[in-house]
Amino acid sequence: MKTNEIPQDESALKNFTKEVCYAKNSDGNYETVLSKGWDVKKDALDAAWDDIEIQKEKAIIAFNKGVKSPLYFHMLNNLMDTSLLAQYSGYWKFTINRHMKPAVFNKLKDNKLKVYADLFKISIQDLKEIKI
Amino acid sequence: MKEFEHIQSAHCENGVTSSLLHHNGIEGVSEPMAFGIGSGLFYIHIPFMKVNGGPSISFRTFPGAIFSRTCKALDIPITRKKFNSEDKGMEYLDRQLDQGKITGCQVGVYNLPYFPKEYRFHFNAHNIIIYGKQGNEYLVSDPTMEETTLISEEDLRIVRFAKGVLAPKGHLYSPQLVKTTNLDFPKAIKAGIKRNCRDMLKIPGKPAGVSGIGYTANRVSKWRDQLGVRKASLYLGQIIRMQEEIGTGGGGFRYIYAAFLEEAYKYIMNDQLLEISNDFTKAGDMWRNSAMTMAQTLKGRATEQSDFDHIAEGMRIIEQQELMALNKLKSIKFD
Repeated sequence: MKTNEIPQDESALKNFTKEVCYAKNSDGNYETVLSKGWDVKKDALDAAWDDIEIQKEKAIIAFNKGVKSPLYFHMLNNLMDTSLLAQYSGYWKFTINRHMKPAVFNKLKDNKLKVYADLFKISIQDLKEIKI
Repeated sequence: MKEFEHIQSAHCENGVTSSLLHHNGIEGVSEPMAFGIGSGLFYIHIPFMKVNGGPSISFRTFPGAIFSRTCKALDIPITRKKFNSEDKGMEYLDRQLDQGKITGCQVGVYNLPYFPKEYRFHFNAHNIIIYGKQGNEYLVSDPTMEETTLISEEDLRIVRFAKGVLAPKGHLYSPQLVKTTNLDFPKAIKAGIKRNCRDMLKIPGKPAGVSGIGYTANRVSKWRDQLGVRKASLYLGQIIRMQEEIGTGGGGFRYIYAAFLEEAYKYIMNDQLLEISNDFTKAGDMWRNSAMTMAQTLKGRATEQSDFDHIAEGMRIIEQQELMALNKLKSIKFD
């Protein structure tokens, strides 16, 4: 890649920073150039976020149908999976999977819910709902 | 006490290594030099492991290795510390700063307040430098950012003790002050090149080293049938991100490595280094083209099996290009 070929496409870096790229200058030597972003990368990053939104929408449907507790949505909303949630909450994965069931979740005492609420930085009341 | 100078780099660990050494009076370890001496060039596709629900692929060596190897190759002793107790981890950092010692610090990016939201995933192998404290805030030099920044005590505690894969556990590291008269760059460069050739060519198992590129290519051909077009395309998106994002300097670190070989030539006047530098530049260009092709699929414009096969075939050609370059590099006779 040559320094004048470095893409300067608008990206999520805007207003935060520019990134360092390595490319060859007109003398054929390497130098660093700051880039605003590259559309190819933007496409990849956007696709990853779109996928997270799709997973969250599925979680809302599952909640409305009474298939999953709202915990499932909040976990996805925090980009977590059950193993990461287990490490942060201190609950076993087995326990978390049980808490994903509405019948089990609805009977949980506040002190148990508080662990999740604190972790997700929301109130216990908000943990019991899905607000978008 | 020497004033700290922020230096921006493409990749965080290269940058922290380069900056910490510069601050301690060791000149000449630019980002490419840190990457090359630290044998940073790599490829691995870890089977059966998912990252954010996609394939686990890396274009560089293991986190922490570049700093350790670069310091070791230059005979610079280092200190490292991890903590089971958050309080002890924070107190230790404060004591270091009180003594005027700046330190490298491993953090998770999910709760890093100064990062763009779009980049904040649960990724724990980010590296920053803490170079001071003002009241309740720490002075941060994040090598991937243009400017220095501040982070509150509360936020720093959260990111230093993030959980999950590669949990930092408050990890702090720094070089120990040394007399800088005995730095043997040619020796360090040769050792770095030799180890990198070994890592890429000799490491056992198809998914690791240069053969890993072919391993991924074989997977890519199968993804559409196994996972459906949508998920298979998302997997390609993950390859693009591992290759171009996360501060690779472009082309999956291949350009940085080419820049290293060019810089190495200043110490070891062997024309082959420049020739092989060009070979890696070409590999970097091929990776960039591959990313552009993948992005077309990701956007739903080229989603037939033949398109996936075309991407896979392109990766096999990159594998051959890197294999050729590495074999040349391996066979250089340094006198």
